[in-house]
Formats: sequence, structure tokens, C-alpha cells
Amino acid sequence: MPTTERAGLPVEIRGLTKTFGTVRAVDGLDMVVRPGAVTGFLGPNGAGKTTTFRMLLGLVGPDGGSALIGGRRYADLAHPTTVVGAALESASFHPGRTARDHLRTYAPYAGVDDRRCDEVLAQVGLTEAARRRVGGFSAGMRQRLALAAALLGDPQVLVLDEPANGLDPEGIVWLRTFLRHLAHERGRMILVSSHVLGEVQASVDDVVVIAHGRLVHESSLDDLVALASPRVRVASPDPAGFTALAADRGWPVEQDGDDLVLTGGSCAEVGAAAYRAGLEIHGLAEEGGSLEDVFLRLTGAAPGGAA
Amino acid sequence: MNAGAWRAALLAEWRKLVSTRMWWLLGIVLGAYMVFMGVVMGFSLTTDPSSMSGSLGSGATLDGRQIAQTVYTLAVSVGYVFPLVIGALSMTGEFRHQTITPTLLAEPRRGRVLGAKLAVAGLLGTAYGVIGTAGAVLGGLPFLATKGDGTYLGDTGVLGDVVFSVVAIALWCVIGVGLGSLLTNQVAAVVVILAFTQFVEPVLRIGLTAIDPLQGVQKFLPGAAAEALAGSSLYSTSGMLSLLDRGWGAVVLLAYAALFALVGALTTLRRDVS
Ligand SMILES: Nc1ncnc2c1ncn2[C@@H]1O[C@H](COP(=O)(O)OP(=O)(O)O)[C@@H](O)[C@H]1O
Ligand SMILES: [Mg+2]
Repeated sequence: MPTTERAGLPVEIRGLTKTFGTVRAVDGLDMVVRPGAVTGFLGPNGAGKTTTFRMLLGLVGPDGGSALIGGRRYADLAHPTTVVGAALESASFHPGRTARDHLRTYAPYAGVDDRRCDEVLAQVGLTEAARRRVGGFSAGMRQRLALAAALLGDPQVLVLDEPANGLDPEGIVWLRTFLRHLAHERGRMILVSSHVLGEVQASVDDVVVIAHGRLVHESSLDDLVALASPRVRVASPDPAGFTALAADRGWPVEQDGDDLVLTGGSCAEVGAAAYRAGLEIHGLAEEGGSLEDVFLRLTGAAPGGAA
Repeated sequence: MNAGAWRAALLAEWRKLVSTRMWWLLGIVLGAYMVFMGVVMGFSLTTDPSSMSGSLGSGATLDGRQIAQTVYTLAVSVGYVFPLVIGALSMTGEFRHQTITPTLLAEPRRGRVLGAKLAVAGLLGTAYGVIGTAGAVLGGLPFLATKGDGTYLGDTGVLGDVVFSVVAIALWCVIGVGLGSLLTNQVAAVVVILAFTQFVEPVLRIGLTAIDPLQGVQKFLPGAAAEALAGSSLYSTSGMLSLLDRGWGAVVLLAYAALFALVGALTTLRRDVS
């Protein structure tokens, strides 16, 4: 990945908590997003991603803890949209306002003129639709307009809540390319949420995974990939012996046709253990673990079926 | 006070108001309605100066000057629902279409957003006041000039009523913003506005007058205060209902505007936006 010099501000979340009635949406969340990186903020639906973003952006008041951007609360930033650009889930527009007028409405706060509105519309490919009313826009066009609004003040930090929602496959490819362009050519720091790891996998450097309002994983994408446990396929005339060996080593085992699939050990480890146990092997092959399985395991859902 | 931030908020709120069709749609309807009412009242009052009061039983006959005052302030008597609605929509629309989220992202200082909306409503309300008042004057003028006692447009007292009619309509628009910040549900707000202005207040005003110890209370209702600010009304020139004097009318109307906005600021603006 080409990496240009990146700016940005650290986002620090400490003990952040929010309860809606009996639902603890965010539960003592601690996380630090390093400046300059593209961070995927992941978790299943209802994990608390949107609520966390809304607290970070001063829209929802936390019951406890703090969420700071460069050491300051969002609401204390003098011109917040020039520092942080946000596009929240279910982007909201007045259906009777044109795309251009939507941006012109928020332009004064960002201290920008009409030319800048046209510029960001061009960046997201909405020039043709600029003077059309948003009421007639498709989901994809709305997502693009929400991105344009986030870019208006030329902020170093972008906070995007499920920007891929409602996009068709073509739109998702466009979004991925656009995020990569923003991050790697324009040097933006991006915090992007999703409930599907695969959607952002191609764009992110770091991942933060939450479930039930709590942090469950925080690392670089590479480290998360490394977590994807290797799966070893074994062909042996003694499946019972291998099942016993796997149980002894704590490797989950599955029957797949005539073969056994062991999770948790590498080929070398399985081979060495079999040799020591005197088990006969006819075939031994490593299969890559699925990142999606890791994600599901981290967030507490049942892992997907065997390949 | 941060002048730059206020300027940005005012410009943004102004653009918000005039970038959808509602403001000119309601403005046109207001203008047309007021011309119509000006024609109707101008014609009937010049034809039979006791028609208004006669039908209401007070038996008074209006002189030419009173007819002019009544006709020229019709916007305040019967047209104020329009500025009230457009003012309320500026707040309820934010919640209905969830644009409150980008609005508060752009300006997290919520009081400033409300303040800018109130100020901008004063501006648009002034325009509505001019449209509504001009409509009533234009509608009634031909009848006053030909059939009646004259237009009285050279009379400073009558001209004062015309000017303060504009001011009263502007204040109604400001009150609308306050009301919208109290009642953020758009449908509820519009229903309350229609019910109150078209039914509740007229009934209360007449009803309260009939109850001796509460007789003075009707003067403090918002519609009555606005008419007092304008200086006359359909109801008062006919002798049916009495009004406060202009200064107190202004105070009472401003008090309503301030009260609604304050309660809105203490409730709606403190809530989570999610
Ligand atoms: N305004 C609200 N009122 C009540 N419950 C809410 C509200 N907002 C979110 N929740 C609840 O909080 C939890 C987290 O929601 P959310 O932050 O939207 O999760 P995510 O964005 O990760 O899908 C969910 O159980 C959701 O139903
Ligand atoms: Mg969400």
C-alpha cells in the first residue's frame, strides 16, 4: 500500500457509557484511534457503533466517560466541520432541497463558498445531480451526498458510519476506491464503521471490534489477519486416534468427508504431534482461516460453517 | 459573543429557510388570502358599516377611519396562521427530516442555532408582514376609495396600524420557531397551531368575555396581544372585544415568544439527538 504522510488527530475514548432505558448501548468503551490511520470500527448490528459516534460528535450525551478528538470535546471545537467531517448512518436530508443547496446550507459554518460545494459534489460524482431535489435520489446518491457534506470543510478526520449501507455492489467498489484515495492520496484520517468486515477490509489499516458496547479487539488489520487460525486438513486411516489427539491438544476438530479438519495448530505442529503419537498420515494440508470467522468469533456469534 | 459564528449561523439558517418551496408557497397563499379578505371586508364594510358588528350583536356602526383600520390590519386578525406555521416548520422540519443531525454537527452550540432561527424568522416574518398587510390594503383600497369615506392612508394613526401590523406578523413568525422547538413533531405542531388559532383562541376570547371575573383575561391571549400591537382589529373596532394598548400588546407578544423559545431551549435542545 502506498503511504503518504498523514495528518489527523488522535481519537481517545475512555470509559464511555450510554444507557437507553434498559439497553446498555455502550458499556465502558475504551479505545484509542491513532492519527493518520484508516481505522475500521466493527461490530454486529446493535453493538453500539452509531451511539459511540453520536457521543463522539456531541449529539448524544454520555452517561459516563469521555470521547475526545485531539484532546478536546467535539462541541468545544470552534469550527468543528473543518476538523472532523462526519457522515452518520441514515443520512438525513430535506427531500425538497437540492443537493447543492443542502451543502450551501452548511457551508457558512465551514467557512466555505459555493465553489467548494461544487468541488465536493464533483469529487463524489454528483455534479450532474447537483441541482436536483434530494427527494428523488437513490440510496447510493444519498450516501455520496453525505460524504460530500463530510468533506465540505476539508477536515483531516473523517467519521463515517456504515457508508456502504444501501449501496449496490458497484457502489461498494466505488466507496472502497474513494476511501483509499482519501486516505492514501489525500492523507485523511478515517474512522469508518461497518457490521461487515469484508466491506472495509480492503481500505483499513487498523481495526477496532466492539460487541455489546464493549471493546473486544483492537489491533492492526495485519494482526487480525494473523489471528485467523490456520486450519489443517488431515487424511488418515485412524480418524479416532486423531480425534483423541486433537482433544488432547485442545484443537477443535470437524469431520469433512473422509478428512478431518483441525483448527488451532499449524501443519508442522499437527505433523509433529502425530509423529510423536505414532499416528499414520496420508495427507496433511494447511488451509487459510477465514477473517470473517475470526470476526464472528470475536463478536460472540457462532462461526460460519466449514468450507 | 462571537460575531463570525453568529454571522455563519444566520446565513445558514436563512439559506435553510429559502432553499425549499414552502416559504414562497405559504407567502403566495397568504398574499392571495389577504387580498381576498381585503376585498370582502372592504366591500361589506363600505356597503353596510354595521354589517360586522351588526351580525355580532354589538350594534356599533364603524366610521370610515375604523373601516380603514379594520381592513388594513386584517392580516393580524385572520392571517397570522401563515407566519406561525412557517416559523414552526423551521424547527419541526429539522426533526421530521432529521437534518437536526447535520445542523448540530455544523454548530454544536445549540442555543446559537435556536437564536439564529429566531432572528431569521423575524426577517422572513417581516416579509410575510409586508405581503399580508399589503394584500389586505390592496384588496380593500378600491372600495374605501370609491364607495367609502376615503383610504385614510394620509392619517398617521392609520399608517401606524399598517406598520405595526407588519411588526405583529413578524413576531408571529418568531413565536412559531419557539412553538416548533417545544413541539418538535411536525404534524402535532401544525394541528395545534390550526386548532388554537382557528378555534380555541376565538372561542376563548368570546367565552372569557362572558364570564365576569375573567373578562380581562382574553386581552392577554396571544392573538389579542398581536391585535393590540397592530392597534386595531376586526373584533375591537366592532366594540366586541377590548384590547391592551399597543405597548403592552408588544410586551405580551414578546413574552410569549421568549417563553416558548426558553422552554424549547431547556427541553428539546438538551435532549440526545439519535
Ligand atoms: N435512541 C435510542 N433509544 C433506545 N435505544 C437505542 C437508541 N439508540 C440506540 N439504541 C440501542 O442501543 C444499542 C446500540 O445501538 P447502535 O449504537 O445503533 O448500534 P450499531 O450502530 O452498532 O448497530 C441497540 O440495542 C439499539 O437498539
Ligand atoms: Mg449503526
